[in-house]
Amino acid sequence: MTKEHVPLLHIVKRKSLKWYQAWGVRAAAIVLALIVDAILTTILTGLNPLEVYATIIRGAFGTTRKFWVLMQHIAILLCVSIAVTPAYKMRFWNVGGEGQILVGALATAACMILLGNKLPNAVLIPVMTISAIVAGGIWGLIPAFFKAKWNTNETLFTLMMNYVATQLVAYFVIVWEVPKGAGQIGIINQSTESGWFPMIAGNRYLLNVLIVLTLTVLVFIYLRYSKHGYEISVVGESERTARYVGIKVENVIMRTMFLSGALCGIAGLLLVAGTNHTVTTSISGGRGFTAVMVAWLAKFNPLLMILTSFLIVLMERGAGEISTKFGLNASYADIITGIILFFIIACEFFVNYHLVFRKKGA
Amino acid sequence: MFDFMSFIPRAVMQSIPLLYGSTGETITEKAGHLNLGIPGIMYVGGISGVIGAFLYEQTLRAGAPVNGFLVIFIPLISCLLGSLLMGLIYSLLTITFRSNQNVTGLAMTTFGVGFGNFFGGSLIKLTGSDVPSIALSTTSLYFSKKLPFADKLGWFGQIFLSYSFLAYVAIILAFVTAFVIRKTRIGLNLRAVGENPATADAAGINVNRYKYTATLLGSMIAGLGGLYYVMDYACGVWSNDAFGDRGWLAIALVIFTVWRPDISVFASILFGGLYILYLFIPTGMNLSVKELYKMLPYVVTLVVLIISSMKKKRENQPPQGLGVPYFREER
Repeated sequence: MTKEHVPLLHIVKRKSLKWYQAWGVRAAAIVLALIVDAILTTILTGLNPLEVYATIIRGAFGTTRKFWVLMQHIAILLCVSIAVTPAYKMRFWNVGGEGQILVGALATAACMILLGNKLPNAVLIPVMTISAIVAGGIWGLIPAFFKAKWNTNETLFTLMMNYVATQLVAYFVIVWEVPKGAGQIGIINQSTESGWFPMIAGNRYLLNVLIVLTLTVLVFIYLRYSKHGYEISVVGESERTARYVGIKVENVIMRTMFLSGALCGIAGLLLVAGTNHTVTTSISGGRGFTAVMVAWLAKFNPLLMILTSFLIVLMERGAGEISTKFGLNASYADIITGIILFFIIACEFFVNYHLVFRKKGA
Repeated sequence: MFDFMSFIPRAVMQSIPLLYGSTGETITEKAGHLNLGIPGIMYVGGISGVIGAFLYEQTLRAGAPVNGFLVIFIPLISCLLGSLLMGLIYSLLTITFRSNQNVTGLAMTTFGVGFGNFFGGSLIKLTGSDVPSIALSTTSLYFSKKLPFADKLGWFGQIFLSYSFLAYVAIILAFVTAFVIRKTRIGLNLRAVGENPATADAAGINVNRYKYTATLLGSMIAGLGGLYYVMDYACGVWSNDAFGDRGWLAIALVIFTVWRPDISVFASILFGGLYILYLFIPTGMNLSVKELYKMLPYVVTLVVLIISSMKKKRENQPPQGLGVPYFREER
């Protein structure tokens, strides 16, 4: 008989890693990714690597204005990330955040255009909020309904809903365009600021940040300490167990997706009423997809998402600064972020598994 | 009167990138991997071809004569290499490292689209050349050559023969893929891997080899869709974001055709037609309605998705192991 074949290395699942070891692995992955990014930037621009980091930091924090823009971007991304989280805890792959943001934004803009200057802001803003929540919620509820009833694949369903929403926005942009033929709505109620979020202490973005922080804490409590949150976890772990203990899985799916869509709708509200004061088909800027990664990186813990969304936005803004400075295309940010994501995705493997090499002489 | 004579050839030209994308994605999904990175891979395929062609055309500007073989071969090989590399990243992460496929796929798309737009926007600056924009007219001339006798055969020639070689390759590839998946031993094994990798493993099939081969092959085929788009459809002109959401549409097409590339040949033409239908429907001054027509491909896909999940016909379902990583020691 021939000698038994022993592979050079094989993969073994780890029992468990202490939390600080796991986070050590993740931190190492981020550091490695930053080094690779810096090397790449150096090759393309000729900057020395330390200068690369300095430019990133300056791009993000350089001026008060830049700082608040950074905060604003983090707030919106964080809002979408906590929005998709309840669905993911249930293993419902909602990649329709983009569409849910868009319909929320559209509903907000519709209120501002149709009711603006007719109602006082104290009435108008609550109306806008409710319509954004309902619009986003319904957009999330539709795929959930089919998932609950006929087990229709939710990843593909929510993906398609994004484009239906995009075209819906494109339609209304032309219906409401100002002036006719411009192909865009322009700033809504620019002179009266009707339906605009009020400034706090002279700051345009502070209210957005505060709203999102409150929501983040609420979602954290909802998922960890409420009965609903517990039901979501059980359905996510095993649908059969959930049925066995008497949880109405269909209801949990639909309820959670309504919540998920509604929170995305709020992100749309913040974008239209709090930031851009207009609506375009690209207003969500891919955040529905980025949020999936932000939430996943944070292990679906809303509080950790503050950190992960900060990291992603910081790199995006920083890479943006580098590309403007060197006349490179703005998509440079996507490449930089993509590399970081690849490293973090790969590092999860080393958190969960380890490699065992062939022993000498075997 | 609806102008079929110009509508059909344009619908077919629209359909080819979708067909490449959906054939590639079908092969990948049959191995149990939902590759949401396909839109990114198609961008990378397109831009890699552009980079190859651009560098080659730079040498032409220096006075070298055009070599009919190289002008096709260089963009083709760079496109295949670019998409192969993307496929490698995806396979390494999802097959060997068992990462979440959705997250990996979305990261691939972020990266790929960014990669395409970055090099599309910065190629001229990076290579220090003095052309105003990326317009690869020489390469495009070779890539968009019609069949030689297309113009002589009237309407028949225009509808069936007026396309470039990459279009016919797409159609042939789709039929071959369908045949291999349904009728051969390799296809049977591939389907087994996608349905239930543990069972396939027990039957002695090398699961990882099948998964790798299918994903890499799928990526390369999808990448060709990007190349066709730039070189033929867009006449060699790269403009950022012009490829648009065709990658997602290709994924929709996979569901629409219930994982059968042979149906996809016709379905992609239908989708291509729906995609440009708004250009052919007279709406007068009311431009907004055109935007609603653009919704059609997605709505149709949704309807098919819902109906096929309601009917629960077993052969029309997604592969059972789709999206689930396989680890042999965990059963």
